Formats: sequence, structure tokens, C-alpha cells
Amino acid sequence: MSKPSINHIKKWWHSGEPWIWLNAGAVSISVLIVFGLLALIAVRGLGHFWPADIVEMQYLTDETQQVKIIGEIIESESIDAKQYTESGYGEAPAGEPKVTRLLVKTGNRDLQTDFRWLAEHKIKQQSKPSNLIVLERVEWGDFYGYLTQVNEEGELVAKGKSAWGELEKRLQRVTALRAEIKSLEKGAIGTINHQLEKLRLERKKLALTNDLTPENIAPIAAQEKALDIEYQALRVDLNRLYNEIDRDSAHFEAMDGRVVELPMASFISAHKPNAMNVWEKSITYVKSFINFLTEDPREANTEGGVFPAIFGTVTMVLLMAILVTPLGVIAAIYLREYARQGTMIRIIRIAVNNLAGVPSIVYGVFGLGFFVYFLGGNIDQLFYPEALPGATFGTPGLLWASLTLALLTLPVVIVSTEEGLSRIPGSLREGSLALGATKFETIWKVILPMSSPAIMTGMILAVARAAGEVAPLMMVGVVKLAPELPLDGTVPYLHLDRKFMHLGFHIYDVGFQSPNVEAARPLVYATAFLLVLVIVLLNLSAIILRNRLRQKYKALDN
Amino acid sequence: MSNHVRTHAIDPTVISENASLSNIEDEDICITVNDLNLFYGEKQALHEVNLMIPRKRVTAFIGPSGCGKSTLLRTFNRMNDLVDNAHVHGKITLDGENIYAPDVDISLLRRRIGMVFQRPNPFPKSIYENVAYGLRLQGIKKRHILDESVEWALKKAALWSEVSDRLNDSALGLSGGQQQRLVIARAIAIKPEVLLLDEPASALDPISTLKIEELIYELKSEYTIIIVTHNMQQAARVSDYTAFMYMGDLIEFGGTEKLFTNPEKKQTEDYITGRYG
Repeated sequence: MSKPSINHIKKWWHSGEPWIWLNAGAVSISVLIVFGLLALIAVRGLGHFWPADIVEMQYLTDETQQVKIIGEIIESESIDAKQYTESGYGEAPAGEPKVTRLLVKTGNRDLQTDFRWLAEHKIKQQSKPSNLIVLERVEWGDFYGYLTQVNEEGELVAKGKSAWGELEKRLQRVTALRAEIKSLEKGAIGTINHQLEKLRLERKKLALTNDLTPENIAPIAAQEKALDIEYQALRVDLNRLYNEIDRDSAHFEAMDGRVVELPMASFISAHKPNAMNVWEKSITYVKSFINFLTEDPREANTEGGVFPAIFGTVTMVLLMAILVTPLGVIAAIYLREYARQGTMIRIIRIAVNNLAGVPSIVYGVFGLGFFVYFLGGNIDQLFYPEALPGATFGTPGLLWASLTLALLTLPVVIVSTEEGLSRIPGSLREGSLALGATKFETIWKVILPMSSPAIMTGMILAVARAAGEVAPLMMVGVVKLAPELPLDGTVPYLHLDRKFMHLGFHIYDVGFQSPNVEAARPLVYATAFLLVLVIVLLNLSAIILRNRLRQKYKALDN
Repeated sequence: MSNHVRTHAIDPTVISENASLSNIEDEDICITVNDLNLFYGEKQALHEVNLMIPRKRVTAFIGPSGCGKSTLLRTFNRMNDLVDNAHVHGKITLDGENIYAPDVDISLLRRRIGMVFQRPNPFPKSIYENVAYGLRLQGIKKRHILDESVEWALKKAALWSEVSDRLNDSALGLSGGQQQRLVIARAIAIKPEVLLLDEPASALDPISTLKIEELIYELKSEYTIIIVTHNMQQAARVSDYTAFMYMGDLIEFGGTEKLFTNPEKKQTEDYITGRYG
């Protein structure tokens, strides 16, 4: 009986079927890993914005004492009874090998610790009162509690049931005022500051060339005076707005029974998650996710949005692509079309390929030493002497970061462009040359358009690599918090010397440098998800462009 | 028609009608080749070739693979310059000017001597742009001049009626035979004096081959045509003069009729009667 079955297995083996299974299995595992990773990041990151229910509970601190706890249950985990006892929670319930504990976000960081672990068996009573309020605040994180009254100028305006409506109404006013203040500070006053700084540098420039004569100073001083008057007027406006925004306040009862008065100027949003249905929650969810995408970060990056980081990442990557593509293409054309193929070119090619394997942090060190200190330092000496000792380009910034990454991705572009050039049939070159075209004309009119898909492939790979790079950026331009975007309305619009924020570095910063680990953790996932999303979008647009070009130049192999 | 079937003897009736009046001494000579030697590195590909190409006639180069007929053809528009280690000794004159003189502008030379290759090689551009390519290279930008020239060339290449309504479509959408005629149109659009055809029909089906041969017959009233072919019947059909080459030597050159019916050399006779593989 055994013989035919062995033959059967042998036959199966020789049929090649096991290979197909092996290959398919490997593919499935890879796909599973990738999707599992994305799913984990997405669920953990995106779940953070869901307005979860707030639970009020009675918690036994020891045999007799109970405290009221109000908060959102973040996660629950099951630990060994022994471990539970050893970590100082008290005795584990007899006969139970495992104990379930809950991580509860209690908020109110200005009053108490905002995250705590609770043992599930000690929770006596749980309820979800519909009038519990979650406040998102400018500082100190979220506040959980009951609204008791709303004040204007310290005088009571609403109490009890009517207070909530009044709060919502006044919150809109505060939001509008805050936007006005922001636009005034960043817009008009920001512009005046830029102009004053420019005048200060002009003064210094005159001093450097010993032209600081009264005639030269007079126009500068006049302008400064005009700007100062303008500024004073704006300052008055600003003070008025600050007074107005400070007008209202509200009283809340926190979980320990304390009643606190909170200025409404610090509120960003207020909602009652326990009273909301799924539809209302979804709207709130979308709103807070959009806020995450469009707002500036707050509180050492643990709250607020990541807009400057998204903006910085995209700007840096686009600038990098603009820098690396022409350089790589020109180099590849020289290597493939003009250079005499010999030992020298082989060595150069090997060197280029090996450059792709150099650890990225090494590029960062090079960028810091060469671009920032040497190039930037010299640029400052030559063109911005008036700003010294303050550095303009002699300090890490957007330009140097883009250049460093362009260097890092140059081999990728060169290799794939060369690949594309070598795939163009010789008959087309001959066809062009036979019509009287020079070599340059042939390259420019026939070969380059036809190798554009390969060039795009190189760019796609370069973008994918550059967008995810963090280590070298830390040395050449990325910062934890950039006060200004690298692109704005003041001349010259694109500020290559400015420092910028980056999603990759933001993940590192929020995850490891943040003072509040529990509060920051969901943001790490959310930011990671965004980084993946940004890279996918950048690549997708490049891939679509490449496929169009491919369509145009297909049927090469006739 | 048995264009691709090798027969052992050539039927004299298929030989070009005016081949009989060909006598090289009476012809106006366009290209003269004097003591031409060509080397690829150490290897010599052409030995002491001497040849005269008459104007406005069709001259065919025949011979077995690797005999140097394509190499010889490519010396006329200096295409061999593209090969890294190729060097040429000897002289080729076009209308009395040495084309290997150091001051020769190769682009200008290639405008005077057009070339069509074995496989159709249209650029991945529109039909219009393919034909206009050579003209644009010369800096012609005026739309009406381009339009006229493109139409003229496509008509000359007997392609106009097939493509006049889709000039802006990609040239890669044409059939192989159409592509080859497009390439011929592209070559004649810049009005060269000489047209070099390097096995222009070898990648085509019999019908397309016939069209190309008809086209060659039409074009010879205005151009000096040199054609390399594997197909002896084709050489017999389209050419006035034929050169037989073997192992880098020009064995025999003369009027097509004479060469095919009464060759002087034993080697020629052996080849045309099929005694070479």
C-alpha cells in the first residue's frame, strides 16, 4: 500500500506544485504582514478621535473607602494575581489566578493625575450620566466634569439646565475671537515684525560699510517710526480682543467634588459624549480628525494637530525631488551616452551603487559638515554679513535637508535612469542620427522623452525613501516645533533657510520625548498612519504620471 | 509570388526592364569609393573596395550574411562612426567631395544621404511628427511649410491615402509595412540626394514587400538609391546595378542583367545559382 503513495508524492513533487504552494504562501504572508501593520496603525491611531463614552464609577480604595472616578476607559488587560499583588494594589481576590485592570483617562491634569490603572473587581458602580461634559482645552488637556454655571465678567448668567445652551453659544464667540487674535498676531503683526527685522539689518549693513550717516539713517528711522505707530494701533486692537475673550468663564464640578472656575478662553470644544448618538459622534469624529490634520500642535506636541509636520514633509520631499531628478538624469546620461565605457566608468558606477548603501545618518553628518557649516557658513559671510552672528543659511534648514536627502537618493535616480536609457533600442538612435540629428538632439528629442517612465520610476523610489528618512534630518533641519511654515505670504514666499517639522521626526518626538506618555501614545499611531498616507499619496500621484508616460511611449520592443 | 522562396536560377524576365541599357561608363556618377578599407578593431571588415554608384539609379548590394554589404552601405552616411572601434581608410566622394575629410559636417552629410533600416523604427510620436522630425531639426517651424512637406513626403512614400485622416495618431499603431513606408517618408521629407536602404523589406510580409519595391521603382527617378538585400530576386527586380560581395571583398560589380545572367567571376555564379548556403 505504501509504494503507490510514495510514487504519488514523488509525482506531486516533480509536478512543481509544491513550488507554487510555497510561492503563494510567501506572498500571502507578506501581504498579511503589510496589511496587519497598516491595520494596527490605523485602528490605534484613528480610534483616538472617537468621542468615547465617559464613565462615572465608585471605586474602592480599601475595605471601606470609596471614591468617585470619572473618565474614559482606554484599555483593559489581564495580569497575574501575583504580579498584581506585587505592584502594590493590595490583595488580589482569593481563588482568582488573573486580575483584570483598566486604564482610565481621568483628564483634569491641572487638578490630578490624568491616567490611572484601576482593578476591575474594585469598581462597584458604573453609570454614564448624560450630562457629563468633555472639554477640550488649550492647555492642561481634557477636562471631565459637570457644568454648574456660566459667568460673564464674573456675574452669573445661567445656571442648571440652561447653562449648557449658554456655554455652547458663548463657545462659538470665543472660537471666533481666537481666530481673530491668531490672524492678527500671525498676519498684520507678523508682517510688521518682519519689516522691522529687515530695517534692523539694513541699519547693520550701513554700519558694516561705515555709511551710518544721518542722511542714510533718516529714511530707515522714519519707516521704523511708521511701523511702530501701526504696531501700537494693532496692539490696542489685540488688547481689546484679549479682554473680550477673557470675558466669560464657567464653573464645573470635577470628580472629587471640587468646583472650579475655568476661563472660556481656554476652551476649544465641549461635548456630552454620553448624550450623543452614533451620528452625532461621527460628526464630532470627523471634526476632530480634520482639526488634527489642520491645526498646529499644542502642549509639547501631545495635543492639537500636525499640520506643520505634514506641510514640512511634503515641501521637503517635493523640493528634494526637484533637486535630485535633474542631477541624477544628467549624471546618468553622461555615464550611459557620452562617457567612454571602460574601467573608470565601471569604478564610478560601482561607487554610485555603493552610495545607496551608506547609512543615512552618515549623509546627515555630511550634510551638517558640508552644507550647513561650510556652504551655509560661507553664504552667510558673503551675502548676509549684516545678520551675523545670527545665522541665515549657516544653520540647519529646509534647503540643506532637501539637498542632503537629494544626495541620499541620487544613486536610485541614476541607476533607474541608466536602466531606462539602456532599454531604448539602438535602431531609434540610428533613425534620428540618420536624419541629421546630432547626438545631443537625439538625446533631447527622442531618448529622454522615451526614458521618462524610467526617470519617474527613479523619482518614485527616491520619494519613497526620502519621505521616510528621519535620522539625517535631525542633523540638517528638522525641529520639534517650527514657529513658521517654510511657505507663507511674505517675500520670498518659499523660505529655504527656515527650519521645519516632519512627520517622521514628530513620531519620534511625541513617542519618546513627550512628558505625557499615555496622552501621546495614540498620537504616535495617528501620526504614523498619516506618514504612511502621505508617502502613499505622493507615490500614487507619481505612479499615475508614470503610467501615463508609459502608455505614450509603449510598444518600444517592436 | 514567391518572394521569399530561394530559387537556384534567376528567371531573366523578372530583371528590371531598363537594366538592359545600363552601362556604367555612360552614367553620371554620384558616389565614388576608392580603396576603402574598414576595420573593427583588429578585424578587417572591408578590403580595398572600389566602386562607382550611378546617379538616379538603383544599385543593389548582395552577398551572404556577414559579407560586409551593410557595413559598406553604412560608410556612405558615416553610420560606422557610431561604432567605437571602427576606423576607415580610403576615400569616398559624394559629388566629388570626400565625405571622410576632417571638416565635413556629419549632420549635413546625413541630410544629403538618407537611410532606411532593416526594421521599421518610427519614433514613438505621431505620424505627422515622425515625418516632420528631420525638418524641425533644420529649424523649420512654420506650420504651413511643415504641413506641405509632410503631405508631399507621405504622398511620395505612397502612404498619404492610408494615413491622411489620422496624422496625429501614434506612428506605433501602423502596420509593419506602413511603418516602413513612414520611415521612408521621414527620410525623403528632408529631400536627400541619396537613399540608403538596408534590407528594407526583410521584416515585412510579401504584400508589404511588393509595395516597398514599387515605391523604390517610383523613387529612382529622383534619388540615387542603394539597397542592401538578402533576396536575390528582389535585387534582380528592383536594381539597375548590382554589386556582389563576399567576405569583405567586392567580387563583382556591373549591370544587374549581366551579373545575374552572365557573371564574370566563378564566386558570383556559385552564389546566384545557390551553391553558397
